[in-house]
Amino acid sequence: MLDDFFTRAILAGIGVALTAGPLGCFVVWRRMAYFGDTMAHSALLGVALSLFFQINLLLSVFGVAVAVSLLLLGLQRRQSLSADALLGILSHSALAIGLVLVAFMSWVRIDLIAFLFGDILAVTPGDLALIWGGGAVVLFGVALMWRPLIASTVSEEIAEAEGMKPERTRLVFMLLMALVIAIAMKIVGIMLITALLIIPAATARRFAASPEWMAVAASALGVLAVVGGLFGSLHYDTPSGPSIVVAALLLFIVSLLPGMGKPAAGRAANTGVRG
Amino acid sequence: MTVDNGVFEKMHQVMKRPNDRSEEQLVCLTNAGISRDGRWLVRGVDLTIRRGEVVTLIGPNGAGKSTTARLAIGVLKPDEGSVERSTGLRIGYVPQKLSIDWTMPLSVRRLLRLTSPLAERDVMAALEATGIAHLADAEVRHLSGGEFQRALLARAIARKPDLMVLDEPVQGVDFAGEAALYELIQSIRRSTGCGILMISHDLHMVMAGTDTVICLNGHICCRGTPETVSQSSDYMKLFGGSARSLAVYNHHHDHTHLPDGRVEHSDGSITDHCHPDDGHHHTDHGHAGHDHGAHEHGGHAHPVAKAAEGDRNHA
Repeated sequence: MLDDFFTRAILAGIGVALTAGPLGCFVVWRRMAYFGDTMAHSALLGVALSLFFQINLLLSVFGVAVAVSLLLLGLQRRQSLSADALLGILSHSALAIGLVLVAFMSWVRIDLIAFLFGDILAVTPGDLALIWGGGAVVLFGVALMWRPLIASTVSEEIAEAEGMKPERTRLVFMLLMALVIAIAMKIVGIMLITALLIIPAATARRFAASPEWMAVAASALGVLAVVGGLFGSLHYDTPSGPSIVVAALLLFIVSLLPGMGKPAAGRAANTGVRG
Repeated sequence: MTVDNGVFEKMHQVMKRPNDRSEEQLVCLTNAGISRDGRWLVRGVDLTIRRGEVVTLIGPNGAGKSTTARLAIGVLKPDEGSVERSTGLRIGYVPQKLSIDWTMPLSVRRLLRLTSPLAERDVMAALEATGIAHLADAEVRHLSGGEFQRALLARAIARKPDLMVLDEPVQGVDFAGEAALYELIQSIRRSTGCGILMISHDLHMVMAGTDTVICLNGHICCRGTPETVSQSSDYMKLFGGSARSLAVYNHHHDHTHLPDGRVEHSDGSITDHCHPDDGHHHTDHGHAGHDHGAHEHGGHAHPVAKAAEGDRNHA
C-alpha cells in the first residue's frame, strides 16, 4: 500500500523530525519560540526570491532566514524596541513581502498552500537527499557544539567567563536553525515549522532527566508524530503539515495524563538519571 | 556542614600574613572604565589580583561592583584603560543572578560539568565541601535559593580554577551556612592557592577573610586592608548612614527589641519605638554591650540623618 511518494514523504519526515528534536529543545530552553516563528515566516520571502531569481529553493530559504536572524540581532543591540515587538515586525513583514512578491510574479504558478502547510506529494528524491544531507550537517553541528550550546543556554556570562565563545555559539545556532527551517519547509510547511520544533521538545520534557535525554526523546517523539501524521494525512486526505502537528499535539496531551512521565518533583532527587 | 573555630583562627593567621608563596598576577585592571549611553558605570579602576589573594569589592547598589568583576573576567570589555589576564587563566565564576529555564532538565551533577568535563571524584568533592552531596542527582529547578547558591559555588570550585570570581556567593544561604561557606572559600584559597575576587554585602565577613578591600562607588573611593578601609573617612561616608547593617557589627546596641515589637532601653525602660531623639539614646555613651543577636531591624525606621550621626559616633 505504500506508494513511492509516500515512502519518500515518510523518510523525509523522519529526517526532519530527527533534526528538529535537539534544536527544538534549545528553542524551548532559550525561549526562542517566537524567534523560530520569525525565521520560519521569512522562508516565504525565500521562496519568492528563489522563484524570482531562479535560484535553488533551499539555498534561498536558508539565506533569507539567516539574513533575518542577523537583522534581528543587530536591531536588538540598539535596544530601541523590545525583542518581542521587533520579532512581530520582522515575522509578519517577511511573510507579507513574500506573499506580495509571489502575487506580483503573475507568470509563475505556485501552490501557496503547499508552501504554507506542507505537501507530501512534493518530496522528490532530490529533496530527500537534501533533507538527510542537511539533517546530518545539523546533527553533527549540534553534537560538536553541545557543551557550549548547553553552557551558553544556562548562562552566557558563565560560558564567556570560563573560556567559551557564546557569541559564536549563538551564530552557529542561528545557522543550524535556518538550515532546519529550509529542510523542514516542504514537509510541515512554513506556518507550522515551529510547532514541529517545540511540541515534541515540550513533550519530551516530561520524560527526560538530562538535556541529552530530552534531545533524544524529542527526536523520537518527533518521528512518532511525523509517521502518525503522514499516515493520517494519507488516510483522511488532509494536508501533511497540520496532520503532523495534530499527531504531535496528541502525544503531548497523552504525556500530560497523570501517571505519565517522571516521578513527581519530591522524589526527583533520588531517581535522576546521570547526565 | 559545621564551622570549626580552630580553622577560623588559622584563617585569621593566614590573613594577617599574606600569602608569599607566589606573587603571580592573575588579573590586572589598569585605569579601567566602562560607559553605557554616555554614563560611566565605573571609571579609573586599578585592581590586581595575585595568586592566593582575596580581594573583596564593597560598595552601595549601583557602585559598579558586578561591572568591575565582569571587566576582570572578560565578559565586559573596557571602554577606557586596559584589562590583562594571565594566559590560560582558568576562571570559576559565580554570577550574581542566574535563572535557568525550568524546562531544562539539569541535575546538580550535570550543572557542575557545564563548561568542562570533570572527574566524578572532583564533582563529589566539591558537592561535599559545599554541603550538598545528597543533592547530586536533584534537579536544579527544585533547589531552594540557598541550595542553588551552594551548587553554583560547587560548580566554580570543581573546576579547580586559578581565579574564582564570586558575586555575592552566599545570597539566600542561611545564617549558619553563610559562615561555613565563607570558611570554605578561605580554605580553598589556602589549599589551592587560587586568587579570589569577591563581591559581598556581609561586611563583617569581608573584614574577617580578605587581604584587600576595595570600596567602590563608580570609582575606587578607598582601598587597603580591612582595618584601614573600615577606618577611612570615605568608607564612613559611604556606609555610615546608608548601611545600618554595618553598624550592627561595628558597635553594640544600647537597646533590645522585645518579641512583641517594643523596645527595652539600657536604663530598663520600655517604649514602643526607639527613635534616637526619644531621650533613651545618647550619642556619647560608652556602649553597654547589649546583644541584638540575629534580630532584624526591619520593624522600625531610624531617621536617616540622626542614625548616620549616631553610627559615626559609635564607630
